[in-house]
Amino acid sequence: MIKVSGLTKNYGLRCAISDLNFSIEKGEIVGFLGPNGAGKTTTMRIMTGYLPPSSGTVTIGGYDIIDNSLEIRKIVGYLPETVPLYLDMSVFDYLKFMADLRHLKNPEDAVDEALEKVDLTTRSNSFIGNLSKGMRQRVGLAQALIHNPDVLILDEPTIGLDPAQVVAIRNLIKELGKERTIILSTHILSEAQQVCNRVMIINKGKIVAEDSPEHLQIRLTGSQRVRTKVRADSQEIANLIQSISGVVNVFVTDPNTVEFETLNGAEVQPAVARKIIKEGYDLLELYPITMSLEDIFLQLTRDETPVSEIKEGESQAEFETEGDD
Amino acid sequence: MRNIWTIAKREYKLYFTSPIAYIVTISIFLILGILFYISIIQSSTNNFAPEIQAVIGPLVTLLIFTTPALTMRLLADEQRMGTLELLLTAPVKDFEIVVGKWLAGWLFLVTILLLTWIYPIILNQLVTPGIDQGTLLAVYLGLVLLTACFISIGVAISAMFSNQIAAFFLSIGVLLVFWIIGYPATFTSGVAADVLRYLDMSEHFYNTFYRGIIELKDIVFYLSVTILALVLGSTIIETRRWR
Repeated sequence: MIKVSGLTKNYGLRCAISDLNFSIEKGEIVGFLGPNGAGKTTTMRIMTGYLPPSSGTVTIGGYDIIDNSLEIRKIVGYLPETVPLYLDMSVFDYLKFMADLRHLKNPEDAVDEALEKVDLTTRSNSFIGNLSKGMRQRVGLAQALIHNPDVLILDEPTIGLDPAQVVAIRNLIKELGKERTIILSTHILSEAQQVCNRVMIINKGKIVAEDSPEHLQIRLTGSQRVRTKVRADSQEIANLIQSISGVVNVFVTDPNTVEFETLNGAEVQPAVARKIIKEGYDLLELYPITMSLEDIFLQLTRDETPVSEIKEGESQAEFETEGDD
Repeated sequence: MRNIWTIAKREYKLYFTSPIAYIVTISIFLILGILFYISIIQSSTNNFAPEIQAVIGPLVTLLIFTTPALTMRLLADEQRMGTLELLLTAPVKDFEIVVGKWLAGWLFLVTILLLTWIYPIILNQLVTPGIDQGTLLAVYLGLVLLTACFISIGVAISAMFSNQIAAFFLSIGVLLVFWIIGYPATFTSGVAADVLRYLDMSEHFYNTFYRGIIELKDIVFYLSVTILALVLGSTIIETRRWR
């Protein structure tokens, strides 16, 4: 459905995205994850025909973004990061205007349908300027949906919504994703985890990881980390655990707490427990820590280490955010 | 074509909820009303027939300062509010956006011009045997063409800025320059002087339409400036993407 190859965009000397390659199948919900300034918005703007790429190609539904820009704009629904609304229009007039621009046959019906999807039917006659941020966000979403597009591109669709609305919008996105292709960008990792079939982590204009949220988690945690709490001096315990075979690394985190890494599949917890008890210490806690997508994200975006080389406990540079996106 | 109309319709409606449009309209009618009253009193004391030019002359000057207020918002605000992104990612061609905006501004100004028709109607009642209807039509045809030209320049300038005030002042500047550019040429002759006089927008109005004369060259002039400005505006919007 969507094919991006060699996509590069330079703003003057600054390179916003460089050599992006990916393809998205029909019916997929793909999440772009990345810190501010990573190039998410730029990528989306190119895909919607708002910005031309410096080099590379994008094809959506067989159309090329430069040669058939108008055709692409017909099949794509787009919700930009700053929701573009005419504050001096009513919700209905605004959506009717967008429906007219898209030459819909029954603009009024399309507006009603879109309003129903985002649960705003009751505010149809309100002026957009009088709506709350969350409602404006939903009006923007209704605008993107109005022509029943095959492809939906949503730049941070749940930003500024209250928790109940966030859940509603996520469910709506999942529902819409059944028969559409959806690309969304987000800062919220749990959102990507819940909504998306596939996640692309973008940092400094490059895709640093790409997989399903579950796989990404498995792939990135090459080792298993276990935390143990013992009523004893932690340095002693650390030395004790170090001696057990199968333990790769040991870290002292708290006066009573020690964390250690084992190779995947090596079940060393029983051996550790036995050893601690045998030495006469009180074992208080012993449990595995799973690396959340948050940790993975932070690790990937801190430095430019490719996924395959990621290891835990590596030197971690300051989290860097650059400019506006 | 359909998109142009959709955009123009929205923008035209918006003028009726915009305070600036009302301020512009009210000040035009206030000033014209005072001048009209004075010209009638003067002509009755000095015993000559009042002419429609007494109103049209000041109206044209007023338009130089008021059309920028009507056009400054058209594209500058879309850029400031980010709604240009909405239009540029909808299946709309760049020139359709610019022409739609121009059409809305022009139609609104023509609406104001139609309302000023009240003065010739009153005048027609006051003088016997009535005023020259031919002259009147020529004057208004000139005004309609002139405003098409003013609005198109304003729209093109509005495309350059995301700040309305900047668009407003540059539009006034440009309109004023092209209103007096032929003036220095009246003291000299030669090709350069002819060119300057040709570029002068007032030359094409005061010498012909204003006196009740309709000439094709003036119509062509105003139409070409309008088209040129609209092409310029579309190009500016297009280059916005490439920045």
